[in-house]
Parts: sequence; structure tokens; C-alpha cells
Amino acid sequence: MVDATMQLAHLAPPQSYSRRVVRRFLKHRLAVASLAFLLLMTIVIVIGPFLSPYSFDGQDFTLIGSPGPMTAEHWLGTDELGRDVMTRLIYGGRVSLAVGLAGAIIATIAGTLVGALSGFYRGLSDMLLMRFTDVMLSIPTLPLVLLLSGLFRPNPPLLVAIVGMLIWMGTARLVRSQFLALREREFVEAARALGAGGARLMFRHILPNAIGPITVAATLAVGSAIMLESALSFLGFGIQPPVPTWGNLLNSASPWLSVAPWLAIPPGLLILCTVLAVNFLGDGLRDAMEPKE
Amino acid sequence: MNFGYILRRLLGAIPLLLGISLILFAIVHLAPGGPLDMYAENPAVSKEALQQIAVAYGLDKPAPVQYVMWLKSMLVGDWGYSIRTGRPVLTEIVLRLGPTLELGGLALLISLLLAVPLGIISAARRGSKLDSGLTMLSFAGISTPVFWLALLLQLLFSVQLGWLPSAGYKSIGDGSFLDRLAHIIMPATVLSLATIASWSRFIRSGMIDVLNQDYIRTAYAKGRSERGVIILHALRNAMIPAVTVIAVDFATVISGAVITETVFAWPGIGRLFMESMDGRDYPMLMGLMMMGSVGIVVANIIADVTYAALDPRIRYG
Repeated sequence: MVDATMQLAHLAPPQSYSRRVVRRFLKHRLAVASLAFLLLMTIVIVIGPFLSPYSFDGQDFTLIGSPGPMTAEHWLGTDELGRDVMTRLIYGGRVSLAVGLAGAIIATIAGTLVGALSGFYRGLSDMLLMRFTDVMLSIPTLPLVLLLSGLFRPNPPLLVAIVGMLIWMGTARLVRSQFLALREREFVEAARALGAGGARLMFRHILPNAIGPITVAATLAVGSAIMLESALSFLGFGIQPPVPTWGNLLNSASPWLSVAPWLAIPPGLLILCTVLAVNFLGDGLRDAMEPKE
Repeated sequence: MNFGYILRRLLGAIPLLLGISLILFAIVHLAPGGPLDMYAENPAVSKEALQQIAVAYGLDKPAPVQYVMWLKSMLVGDWGYSIRTGRPVLTEIVLRLGPTLELGGLALLISLLLAVPLGIISAARRGSKLDSGLTMLSFAGISTPVFWLALLLQLLFSVQLGWLPSAGYKSIGDGSFLDRLAHIIMPATVLSLATIASWSRFIRSGMIDVLNQDYIRTAYAKGRSERGVIILHALRNAMIPAVTVIAVDFATVISGAVITETVFAWPGIGRLFMESMDGRDYPMLMGLMMMGSVGIVVANIIADVTYAALDPRIRYG
């Protein structure tokens, strides 16, 4: 009797799932630091362009010809067209981050839909959707997005959609496996017995239980989308100048590598730090949301 | 070796390849301007000539007919002629394949030589400062933009130090082993970065799983040193899960080669792809895309078959 109460007292008090997730996440110092970094960067790129005395495509005609050095007026120098590099970098961050977020959202929605339909209905629709996923996984991503971008010359929103539509496959496979397991559980059976239809079962009952892995996949997709867009812009097939992105800033810096190396370092460093922070964040979220026993 | 399994996988690849070819065909077919865009922009080519070319290539026929025609000729090795150079696509690709295989081969060798020891050390010293440092490094490796690393290496070793040539396959009038080594070392390092990072993670987790097994305790109990246990008993089994990432990384290497070969002016198929993009060379682009996709499909099959052969516990239905 005494033993039993001791054991009960020993158990942790019941906590809600979200409280436990937050508590576990806060223990992951790298992930917390990454989140802080990403928030800080978001603030800088949102308000930065308002504080800068220069516009992203404003030219100082006295500085045209070759890249200018770092000075008190131009902290990170100017490019060969006399534009302030720091302003372009901050503005480019807006574009790169927006592309990353929007691309990841599209990829997550597409991947979740495909995975949910596949795992829930199984059978023929599963077979067809998964073969389609295999097909998409078998075409090399960067060449494919280069091909689409080169042949169709998409405007930026369409480009983001293309990026998103090429990185959903991992999410689809993940969501499918979650749905395959969850659809057999009693609470789904109960909801079905109460008369819930397919869509309601899928999105009201099963989906909330798979939200952990989906969040992690969505976070990592932000990194993939930023990386893919940067590579595309670096090769000259992404978002076109004068609108800056971190990728096309590197593209225009590369011919000046030997005379103006200061142009090539900041954009790449920002891509590295952002993608690294996103990956650490995803890792922390995984540990917090899907703890291994 | 389970030949039935291999045969099933090969048969399963047929619908996959059909799907891939259909998507690629649709993209080129739907592109504004179509396959003759390059000719249409050329004022020297008259409307009548354009019409003749279209008839000659069967481009006046309905799309499904064109698709079947294209598929048939792809199957018999007739991949058409490059719009840019006028030479057969297949010949052109084969010519450029050599440098890519050289570069990719060296990159994979570097990855293997670095990833295996790094993964082993991480697993053996699990939880140590060294392990978490290597984990951080592998995260950084996955997060580094390939093209930026390429620029940084060029900046350091070519511009600042002047030790290595910044680009190209070999020097004009040279081409000795040392000269070619000097040219290949930077692109190969850049190309191997992502695979080093991901392979070392896989070796580490495979090693950790294996080190927890009973037979490892037995090996320790009979008095083997830690080094002996890891190299003679654990490594072989720890490598098995890493086989599965080969397929995924084959795709990474193809995408990476496009960037790396462009930055380093390496005359392989990645650069050929970019040159064909600039010239809107449709037959060449289609040929390259198909070849890359077939490569990924084959790599997948090889990885699965190897995995099944190495691990007798795996039995695919």
C-alpha cells in the first residue's frame, strides 16, 4: 500500500503535450540559439530596408565601374553598378527567406496531401501516388528546376511554386507511414463508428496526431528551399537582378572574386548560417516532439 | 544473390522510367516556343525551312505520336542531334562523361576515406566533446552552399596563395599527372563535402547500433582490444545501413556536379548541361536528364540489392 503511493508520487505530474514539447525544446540549447538567430534575422530583414539610406537598386553614379571598398557610408562596400551591398544583402534576405518559407509551405501542403491520401486509402490510389513520388525522386532536382526555370522563364511566385513542387516527396513518404499506422488505431475506429467520413477522419482525427513529424519535415524543407533557390539564382536561372537574392548576389560577385573578395563572403555566410540554424531548429523540434524512449 | 529479387526490381524500373520520360517529354512539349525555339529566333531560318525541319522531326504530328516516336528512338540509342554542335547527342554525352566520372570517382573516394574514420571515432567516443564537435561539423557540411565553398577555395588557394589553378581540366600544353591532380583537387573536395557529412552520420549511427549487440560484448570478453573489436567485428555490420544512402547521394552528386563543374570550368556532363541550357539545346537537355534519371534509378536498385545481399535478415517479399 505504502509502496503503491510512493510509486504514484514518483510519477511526474501530468502535463499537456505542448508544455512537454516546449520544456524539452528549451533544453536543446543549439535549437534555442538557432531560433533566436532566425528571429533576429527576420527582424533585421523586415525593418532593415526602412532604416537604410539606400534603396536596393539605387545607384551612386560616382562609384560605377568596379566594386567599391567598405567605407563609413557603405559598410560592406558597393557593387560594380554603385549600389550599396549591405542594403542589397538585407533586401536579398527578404527574398531568400520568403522563397524558403513559401516553398516549404507549398511542399508541406503537397506532401501532406499526397501522403495522407496514400496512407489513408491504401490500395490503388496508394500505388499510383507512391509510384509518382518515386518518379519525382528519380529525376535529379537541381537540373530539373534549372530546366523548368530556363524553358518557362517563370515570374518569382511561379518559381517559388516550382521549388515547392520539387521538394515534397520526403514529406509525402513520411506522412504516408504515419497515416498507415494511425488509421488502425481505436480512436479512428471510434470516429468512423460515429459516422465520420474520409475527409473528416483524415484531417480532423489523424492529421493532428502526425503534426510532430510534419512540423519537423516542414522546418527542414525551409532549408532545402533556400538552398535550391540560392543554387538556381547563383547559376543565373532564379530570381533575376536587379531584385537581389543571396544566390544572385554571389553570382554577380564571382567575376570580381580576385579584386573584390568582400562581395563574395557575406551572401554565402548568410545562406550557411540561415540553413544551419534551420537544420538545428529542425533537430531540436524532432527531439522535442518525437522523443525516443 | 537472389536473382528473382533483382529481376523483380529491374521489371519495376520500367514503369518508373516510363513515368520519368513522360514528365520530361511533357515539360519540353509545353515549353513556350517548343523544341525549334532556337531556329525560330534565327532570322536566317525562313518560315518554310522551319516548317520543313518540323516535318522532318515529326513535330507536326500530335503529341502522343511524338512521344512514342521519341521513346522508340531513345530505346534504340538514337538520341537525336545537338542543336548547338550538330553532333549526335549520345556521342557528345559519352565524350563528356569521362571528366565527370573522374571527378565523381575521386569525390566518392575522398568521402569514403574521411567519412568512415570520422563516423567510427564519433560512435566510439559517443557523447564526448569530440563527438558533438563532429556532429556540429556534419550539420555545417550539409548546410554549406556548394557554390560558396567553391568560391572561397578559389579565393584562398588560387587568388591569395596561388597554389592551385582556379579552374579548368588541365593546363594548355601540360596534362601531366601532377598538373591534372592540381586541377581536380578543389572541385573534388567541394563535391565530396555533402557526402562526407551525411555518410559519417550514417556510419556513426550504424556503429552505435552494432556496438550495443551481444556479439560485441563477447568479443570484448574474450580479451580483444577496442580497436580490434571495432575494426574486425563491428565495422562490417556497421557499414550495411550506409549502403542505403548511396542511392540518395548519387542524386546529390549529380546536382552538385552541375554547380561544381560550372564554377571550376570542368568539362564534364554537368557543364554540358549548363551550356545546353544557355543554347536551349532541347535534344541534349532531354538526353542528359534521361541519363541522370536512369543513373538514379540504377543506383537505387544497386543499393537495395546490395543491402539485401549483405544483410541476410532482410527478405523482400
